[in-house]
Amino acid sequence: MPEITMLEAIREALFEEMERDPAVVALGEDIGVYGGAFKATEGLLAKFGPERVMDTPISETAIVGAACGMSYLGLRPVAEMQFIDFIACCFNQVTNFAAKSHYRWGAPVPMVLRGPSGGGVHGGPFHSANPEMYFVHTPGLKVVYPSTAYDAKGLLKSAIRDNNPVLFFEHKFLYRRIKEAVPSGDYTVPIGKAVVRRKGRDLTIVSYAAAAHTSLEAAAALAKEDIEAEVIDLRTLLPLDRETILASVKETNKLLIVHEDSRTGGIAGEIAATVCEAAFEDLDGPIARVTGLDTPVPYAPTLEAAFLPSVERVAAAARELAKY
Amino acid sequence: MSAQLTPSQHLELYYFMQLNRQLEERLVRLFRQNKIVGGVYSSLGQEAVSIGTAYALEPRDWLAPMIRNIGTLLVKGFKPRDIFTQHMAKYTSPTHGKDGTSHFGDLKTLHVVSPISMLGDLIPVMTGVALAGRYLGQNIVAMTWIGDGGSSTGAFHEGLNFAATQRAPFVLVLENNQWAYSTPVSRQVPLKNLADRALAYGIQSRIVDGNDVVAVYETSKAAVDECRAGRGPILIEVKTMRMKGHAQHDPAEYVPKEMFEYWKAQDPIARYEKYLTEQKLWDTGKKSEIDARIERELDEDQKFAEESPMPPPETVEQGVYCEGCHTIAADWRRPKKEVMPPAASVEAVWKVADFGGFGAVKPAKSLSSGSGNGPQPSSTEPAKAETEQEVPLRVPFGRGPKDRAFVRETQEKTPQVTRPAKPFHKGHRGKPFGKEPHGKRGRR
Repeated sequence: MPEITMLEAIREALFEEMERDPAVVALGEDIGVYGGAFKATEGLLAKFGPERVMDTPISETAIVGAACGMSYLGLRPVAEMQFIDFIACCFNQVTNFAAKSHYRWGAPVPMVLRGPSGGGVHGGPFHSANPEMYFVHTPGLKVVYPSTAYDAKGLLKSAIRDNNPVLFFEHKFLYRRIKEAVPSGDYTVPIGKAVVRRKGRDLTIVSYAAAAHTSLEAAAALAKEDIEAEVIDLRTLLPLDRETILASVKETNKLLIVHEDSRTGGIAGEIAATVCEAAFEDLDGPIARVTGLDTPVPYAPTLEAAFLPSVERVAAAARELAKY
Repeated sequence: MSAQLTPSQHLELYYFMQLNRQLEERLVRLFRQNKIVGGVYSSLGQEAVSIGTAYALEPRDWLAPMIRNIGTLLVKGFKPRDIFTQHMAKYTSPTHGKDGTSHFGDLKTLHVVSPISMLGDLIPVMTGVALAGRYLGQNIVAMTWIGDGGSSTGAFHEGLNFAATQRAPFVLVLENNQWAYSTPVSRQVPLKNLADRALAYGIQSRIVDGNDVVAVYETSKAAVDECRAGRGPILIEVKTMRMKGHAQHDPAEYVPKEMFEYWKAQDPIARYEKYLTEQKLWDTGKKSEIDARIERELDEDQKFAEESPMPPPETVEQGVYCEGCHTIAADWRRPKKEVMPPAASVEAVWKVADFGGFGAVKPAKSLSSGSGNGPQPSSTEPAKAETEQEVPLRVPFGRGPKDRAFVRETQEKTPQVTRPAKPFHKGHRGKPFGKEPHGKRGRR
């Protein structure tokens, strides 16, 4: 198996799905001739033509609206947000139109909305956001946020084949930084299933996306201190895989949640509540969290580093928790 | 003038308009009896718009109604019972009580997309429908409606602009009913004719008397045909009047009394009845027959709705997601291999007309001449035509003798746009409804 980056894995998924099914079309800003701001769609236009790979005006509402309309005729549009921050421009289409369509009148919207997200690349307040929780709070959507090249390819394929609107977050810090062996043929990773990335007995760390890598690094450091942390990568935020989290907490009896998204209203709160409801008697310590700060993502590298959850912060929180 | 409509189609137009009005009158009565869960958004006085526009569509075509377009749903094939049960939130309603009013649709047979309450968002959605239809080789046209107020939203602009760049087979009916809730159109849009918005998108527009059902139909039919022939999208401004408040709770005291009186004299159903009589398309016997049929159908469907149960509470969590309940399958009307490599493959490069220089810009004169009322030959040509124009080698500054000569030469080379010889809505028979006589509207 060839070693490829997460970006190449995403591109591969798009190529393979468009080859497999002529109902799959792509639209977005600068995705055609230019190949996308991060080159995720490079080569698609040349292969599949302008009917299937549409360069659109700078109109996020039009992009998502048109994708909804296309999906009503049985197409499976994959719409790109140049940066996921710009999804705020089409919030209404996503949350009111696409998300409520099946519940209100039984019309499925098999659409994927994908785009680069997350910080760590000094993008500043408008090119670094993690807006996933607006959408995790919206019934009718699915929210996927992979952390590996293998998962990105398999989950994007699942998202395209899903009959519901799926928001597919691609952490841009990971785009070219991770490389792994990925099968070149067809495979899928199921939506709604978390994975245990590292086994451990002392505490459970639940995380996703770039923060999952931070958590794994912290776990490796902790192992040298004889603290064995189990690391769960959520992969999908909505629907949330509560079973995997609960099963792990019942074994380790301690829970630390790590995410890059801001603290207040982040998914850590939802996970903490879930564990309190379903496994309170299994807890030997308080539920802890290490998250991004309650600020916009700042521009200066020094400030951004202070914003992001670091290996040190995660390890320190785990050490505290392990003491219980 | 109405040669396209057969006598029986004329009567069908009456049937739908009267059905629309009688249905809504019953909804108002039910509202007063506390049997309606939410609001009733009357289209009194606007029936000709819904009926005349939707009647121009074929069964394969798609539409998405706005809140005052219940009539379009009736034309497309929904039954009064669907409207009754929707308003009464009954389990038997198309949405099983999940949503109300005209917020429902049908993907498989009737091709109706459900609206949402936020204005303008159907425009990009129906653009997507139109593009998908073209992609699949279905030769369909998509149509939706927007109010004078809704034309101020960002979604309106993004949607229509995108439709224009794609030359989508899409008809947008701009239903100018003079009032956006309590705000008059003059405070919404600083234009005499909202059709002029089409200029900004380089698309065709029409203006039509919205209280003349035949004129509305003919204009819409021509627009639908144009779009099907690849000359879309088209914006139709329909001038009419909302004869009630925004919804039942609103007595509309902000509307000048004289304005209601002016438009009451233009009532679309009364005008059409007079027309049918004058044209000897019916007699009193035929009218009573249709009216009796409407009464009978409404009695039956209202009874059905009133006797229907409310949705059981345990259904509240059902249907948030499609979990295999639907099969997604496109209706391909062209060979799939056309959209697959190698047939679909292209060289991924841009061709830029005139390199964006002055040669690509039409003189201001020709831009203003296409205003409002008629086809705009220059702007309807696909962008391709521009690539064939000559590229000027220098940018004129316009002061010295050399530059003056250059400007003169460029103007001579640019094809002049001729104004349409007569106003588009030549079929209009009623009295003028604005201060200006017909044919002058659309000129600034």
